[in-house]
Formats: sequence, C-alpha cells, structure tokens
Amino acid sequence: MTDMIEIEDMRKTETVEFWINDLFFNRLSIKDYVKSLINPFNIFAGIIVLIGLAFIFMRFAFGLEQITDSSNTQAWGLFLGVGLFVGVPFSASGFVMGTAVYIFGLKKYQPVVTNAILLGFLGYLFAVVFLMTDLGRPWRIYYPMILSFGPASVMFLVAWHVALYLSVQALEFSSSAFEWLGLRGLRKLIVSATLGLTIAGIMLSTLHQSALGAMFLLAPGKVHPLWWSSYMPWLFFVSALAAGLVYVIIVSKLTQMFMKNRADEKYLSSLDEITLGIGKACALILFTYVGLRLTSITYENAWGYLEGPYGMLFLVEFLLFAMAPLMFFYGVQKKNVGFVQVSALVTMIAIILNRLNTVYITFNWQLPHRELFYWKEVIVVIAVLIIEVLVYRWIVNRMPVLRQHPDFIGEEHG
Amino acid sequence: MKMSRRDFVKIGGSIVAMSLMGNTAAAGTHSFTGYPDRYGMLSDLTRCIGCRRCEAACNKANNLGTPKTSFEDTSVFEEKRRPYVADVGSYTAVNRFEVDGKTVYCKVQCMHCEEPACVSACLVGALQKSPEGPVTWNEKVCIGCRYCMTACPFYIPAFEYSSAFDPKIQKCFMCHQRITNGIVPACAEACPVEAITFGKRDKLLKLAKSRIWGEPDKYIDHVYGEREAGGTGWMYISGVPFSKLDFQMDIGTTAYPELTKDFLSIVNLTLVSWPAVFGGIYLMNHKDKKSHGEEKEVQK
Repeated sequence: MTDMIEIEDMRKTETVEFWINDLFFNRLSIKDYVKSLINPFNIFAGIIVLIGLAFIFMRFAFGLEQITDSSNTQAWGLFLGVGLFVGVPFSASGFVMGTAVYIFGLKKYQPVVTNAILLGFLGYLFAVVFLMTDLGRPWRIYYPMILSFGPASVMFLVAWHVALYLSVQALEFSSSAFEWLGLRGLRKLIVSATLGLTIAGIMLSTLHQSALGAMFLLAPGKVHPLWWSSYMPWLFFVSALAAGLVYVIIVSKLTQMFMKNRADEKYLSSLDEITLGIGKACALILFTYVGLRLTSITYENAWGYLEGPYGMLFLVEFLLFAMAPLMFFYGVQKKNVGFVQVSALVTMIAIILNRLNTVYITFNWQLPHRELFYWKEVIVVIAVLIIEVLVYRWIVNRMPVLRQHPDFIGEEHG
Repeated sequence: MKMSRRDFVKIGGSIVAMSLMGNTAAAGTHSFTGYPDRYGMLSDLTRCIGCRRCEAACNKANNLGTPKTSFEDTSVFEEKRRPYVADVGSYTAVNRFEVDGKTVYCKVQCMHCEEPACVSACLVGALQKSPEGPVTWNEKVCIGCRYCMTACPFYIPAFEYSSAFDPKIQKCFMCHQRITNGIVPACAEACPVEAITFGKRDKLLKLAKSRIWGEPDKYIDHVYGEREAGGTGWMYISGVPFSKLDFQMDIGTTAYPELTKDFLSIVNLTLVSWPAVFGGIYLMNHKDKKSHGEEKEVQK
C-alpha cells in the first residue's frame, strides 16, 4: 500500500529521469542502485560470470576444443546435457500451469501461473543460449527454419518447436512486461490471445518434450539398455510434466524465502494450498512414470544389465523415482507443506539424474575410455545458470510476476 | 475470454503448417530399397597386408595435410585407431589384430549405409545418401549440431573441434567427386593387393558370396554390411569372426531411420487432436464466461 501512495505523490514531479529510475533502478538513483547491488552473492556471481564469459569468448575465437572435452565419440557434453536435456523438462512449468489455469479453469493456481510461464520462458531462452555455445556454426541457427530442411530428423522437430514455443512463451509473458511498461493496449491484445497461445503451448510441448527422448531412439547401442527404450519419448514426456510441477513448488519456496518483498499477500498466502494441490498431481504422475519405466525395461528385456556400476547408478535413480510418489502422497495426506517441498526436491534430483544418465553419463557405456567433461565446461555451465538467475531476479524485481499490478487488478487472463 | 476468428485462423494456420512438416517427415523415412546401380566397396580382409597406402592415397586425394606420423610408419599399429582426420590425417585408418595366431589388418572408414542414421539425424539435410552410393556432406548448410555423430552406430563422423569459424564434419565420402568423373576412389586405386574392390553394390555382393563359396575354408560365411543396419555400401569379408576385429556386432538389421519413424508419425495426430480436445474442454468450462465479461464492461 505504501508503494502506491509514494507513486501518487511522485507523479507530480515526473521526469524522464524518474521514469528510468522507476522502471530500471527500483526507484533509486543510479548511484544508490549500484551501491545496493554490492553484496557477497552478487560479487561471487559476478566473478563466475566473468570467467564463464571469458571461456565462451575463447570458444568463439579458437574453437570448441578450448573449453569442452566433447570428442568424436562423445559429441555432446555438459552444455546440451544440462542446458537442453535438463533445462527443458523443468521449463514445462509454463505449459503445465498455463493449461491448469487457462484451459481447465483451476483459478486456485492463478497466483503462480505468471511465475511458471516466466520460468518456462527463461528455461527455453537459456536452452538456446547453451545450444548457441555448443553449435559448431551458431550463426546458422535459423537455417533449419528457412534455408535447408531435414524433416526426417527428430532434431528438426525439436528445433522448430523450441523456436516456436520460445516465441509463444515470450508472447504469453509479455502481458506482464506490458503492465510494467504501462502499455495497456498491447497488453489487452496479448491477453485476448491467451487461449490460442496456451493450446499452441500444449501442442508444441507434448511433441518436443517427447522428441527430446525420441532423439536418442537413434542411438540404441550407445544409451545404456536400462535407459534406452522404445518408450523413451513417453518417459521423457511424463517426467517432464512432473518436472514442470516440482519446479513451480521449489521456485515458489525460494521466492518465499528470498523475494518476499516483490510478492503480494495473495501470492504468499496461497502458496501452501497450491503446493499441496500440485503435490497431489505429482504423486499420480510419478506413480504413472514408475509403472511405465518398469514395464518399458521389462518390454526391452533389459533387467539383465543390473550388474556393475551402471546398474548401481540405475538403482539409485530408480529408488529416488520410486520414493517420490509415496512421499508426495504421504505429505499431501498429512497436509505437510514442508514434506511436499522435500518430495519435490527428491523428484528434481531424480529427473536431473535421469536426463544426465540417459544422454551423457551412461552414453557410450560400451566404450572403454571415456572422458566426460572438462572443468572449463562446468564453469561455463554454472556461469550461464547464474546469468539465468540474475535475469530472473531482474525481471521479478520490476515486473508484476509474484504480485498483481495495482493498475490491472480485476483484469486477469482467461 | 472468447475465441475470436483471429484465434481460429492463427491456430488453424499453425496446424496446417505443422501438419505439412509432419507429412514430409513421414515421406522422408518411408521404406526405401536403395538407388538402382549405386556404387559400393568390398574389403577383403584376407588380402590386406597393412601397407597403409590407402591411407596415404586418401590423404592426398582429399588434401588432408601432413599427418602426425608418416604413412610408412608401422608403429601406429600398436594401438587401435579411429578414422578421425585430426588423429590420423586421413578419412580411413588400418588397424592390426592378432586372432588365433593370424595377423589380420582391417581398414575402417564410413560404411555408406543404404539408409544412414546420420542422414535421418541431419536437421538441415547436409548429409545425403547420393544416388551414386556415397553418403555426402554439404558444407554450405551444416550448422555443426553433431547429432550425426551421436546417431552413427559406427562412430564415423568427426568434427573439427579446433576450428572456430568453419568446423567441418569429416568422414570418407567414397571420393564422390572422382566417382562422378568416372574415376575409381583413391584407396581402391592405391591398393596393391586388390583388397579393396570398387563397383556396383549388387555386383560386389555377388563377388563377395562367390569368393566365400569358392573358398569356404578361407572365409567365414558372413558378408558384413549385407544386412547390418539395413545394409551398408561398404562391405567386408574375412577369414576370422568380425567380433574379433572390433566390428559392431549388436546393431541389428533394421535401418536406423525406422527407429524414429513411428515417433514422427504421431506429430500430425497430436497437432490435429490437441486443439480439439483442449479447446473443447475450455469451451465446456467457460460456457457462460462471455456474459460475465460483458456485464463487467457495462459496469465500467
């Protein structure tokens, strides 16, 4: 409330400088704003980001071998392993919550839907950043769209869908940006397209989340038999639904801890109920996933591969997946929000492990010598992820994500 | 919110566009029995003497620069090499194996599959199975995604990790340029013992079988590449089991594009049914929403 009164008072002396400070510097002068940025987290983040950017520069000046251990046998390393194959499933947050609120009309989840879409959008945006770092000729990234087509390739599908879906999510989120900039007309236009955008999001997400698994259908001798299955597209899709949901639970918790001052009462007070509701859905989705996983391994007759280190790795991953739905079920029954949040964390770890195991750690399991990654690769990955967090924070600090914009209350979507 | 005509057009347009994509995808992976009169190669491992002249000829024909070790040096046989230019200065590498007291040399290079995994993996169509037989690569459109390397069951395509501005996919192209000019590929021409035979694939297969038929004690009864991965353009016959010569024995006889064909066929289904399903649910849910909205407008 105090915020609003301040705005009213200061509008009388509105100047370009005020407008800039209001939009970009959290209503501080540039000097105070820069001062406000100096804290241990930002200094640490800044150092890592600078080193990461230096490595990325080296890569563009002297070739990929400068910063990765990717080889002719192991063509993809951490950039795609983390950026694309782990980042994208969690970015399902936008389409899952969008569907719940705008298609199924579950108003209960309205307070988190903007945040879920922003998280999805940034996940895809940074998947593209990772992809651009990894591509041999990134300046040709648009070739599959307009210049040269390989429609028999699953990667072609992924490229098109990621590009289209990135645009769809940018449009979906733009309504918050327009509220922030006070562009009422544009906002109205976007809000009127919500249904179309949401359905486009469902079509594109169903196909490319599963396509990420389908890409590895082409490598049956390389992905370990406990992970390779003709059901891979559907395993990837079902687990992406869970990934999107647990991502919302976890980030909601983090915003409660670190960004409380950017959230409104409605958002903060609804989180417990929302977490429990999502937890229920997660229990069902993960039960389905575990069942599908068990039957697919049986179908491929791969249980004989349980011996050895890869078998152990599988058991660890599978134990986490098997625990998760039981934990969600228990947490929801007891209405224990903290327990549901821990269950979400367990699920997140299981899904990260699953993606990295499939595309990276067990990949080429039959080859004797494998070098997985180079330390510079790890630094670049951490640096890009920190940039993603900083961009997220920058946006949440300015735009109505965890709160409703006071000028637009009562004008929700859908 | 109501579904405006504009939304309908928008959604409809995207469905049509994406359905077209789906259709061409299905057509691209449709069952294929191979171009008529395509060329292939036959390696007879009972004849190879490990002279490495094929490597040298390959290097020269493709201008691959000075190799790390000379092509006369036999110390390279100490380890098993892959045909990666950065390592061996050639699109092919000869390895030595000791099998049951016999020394066997085996040349490795692109297998030029009948229906290649790399071609079906390539999202810009840079890799193609040419009608003449070689699997070729178009530098002008490659974006360097390296999915071909992930897909190839034979671990053949190599990438120039040291190049920042024009990293190439490097592999044997069966001297495509020479073939179209009516010249035999460099390695086959250089081989002093006719261990590498160039010709129409159909005829080479008959030749391979007649050699096995003529000397059943000398050869094992297997033409590697006749059916592996749906058949390959480069085939091998040998006196010792291929499993002892580091050949991939677990790749089956299915052509690799078949592995993703089923998945690609659901693209249309999803694009067409989801708008109906979810649009329908929305309309059931929000039937009386419109009148509420109008009331609100009036109040303002």
